[in-house]
Amino acid sequence: MWNSFGDFLAMGGYGLYVWGSLGVCALVCIFEPISLNLKRRALLAEVREQGAADTGQSGS
Amino acid sequence: MPTSKLSRNINWFKFAAPQRFYPLAGKLLPWFAVAGMLLAAYGLYLGLWVAPTDATQGDAYRIIYVHVPTAWMSMVIYVAMALWAGAGLVFNSRLSSMMACALAPTGALMTFLALWTGALWGKPTWGTWWVWDARLTSELVLLFLYIGFMSLHASIDDVRRADRAAGLLALIGVVNVPIIYFSVQWWNTLHQGASITIQGASMATPMLTGMLVMALAFWAYCIALALMRVRVIILDRERHTAWARAEMGVT
Repeated sequence: MWNSFGDFLAMGGYGLYVWGSLGVCALVCIFEPISLNLKRRALLAEVREQGAADTGQSGS
Repeated sequence: MPTSKLSRNINWFKFAAPQRFYPLAGKLLPWFAVAGMLLAAYGLYLGLWVAPTDATQGDAYRIIYVHVPTAWMSMVIYVAMALWAGAGLVFNSRLSSMMACALAPTGALMTFLALWTGALWGKPTWGTWWVWDARLTSELVLLFLYIGFMSLHASIDDVRRADRAAGLLALIGVVNVPIIYFSVQWWNTLHQGASITIQGASMATPMLTGMLVMALAFWAYCIALALMRVRVIILDRERHTAWARAEMGVT
């Protein structure tokens, strides 16, 4: 139903609105799990550091 | 005390222990993540390739494939969050409150996306990004309720007291959800009525199928993210227990 890729991108003149909606949704759905993973890593690093300090080990 | 009955029922609450729920959530997580990605790919294929251009709105209507699912999720997640928060208050169960906390950021993001995609849809069809009408304003209030829940929780040091205070806020705020849903019937508004009602849907078949598949994709995504976040919250709050320390590789 689209005659060309440019046609598809243009979305009948509404490209900015359609791709602006889909794009931001995609960004959120990519960055939410990434930021959560970073948070998890930060938590693990913090607890390991504390654990090493608590037991007097040098993190081995 | 009917202890025999109690011990029979106790299995139902097996997964109410954070220690038990943590590995279960880890097992369920990849299934929801993969389902979400496959459904999104299929839904976008239907919505952008198969479904025809709308007779009145042109291709601007294709925003519906993300706008309606995110708006639904913003409300569904709020109700789920309030239910978990309420269960946390009534049963004093820690995992319930952790679930409420795990849902809030994803719910806030879905609300933001519903407002964002709504603005981008409003401009070409209504000629404005924003109007202070009932549907849009109550959805904005929903965003503030999510932000309020998260800030209130973060502002109280004692995590169990934070659970109770934020849980109460979540329960009070739930009155806003029916206001959002019925706002298009109760007040005059620019926003169109429901696309899907008990009587049926006001849409052509490929459009409707695409939208429903996208709705399922967002369901799966939100469940996966809530499971992912609740695992981080569990480890954070249980960091002083032996099992959590073993899980994190700390002895």
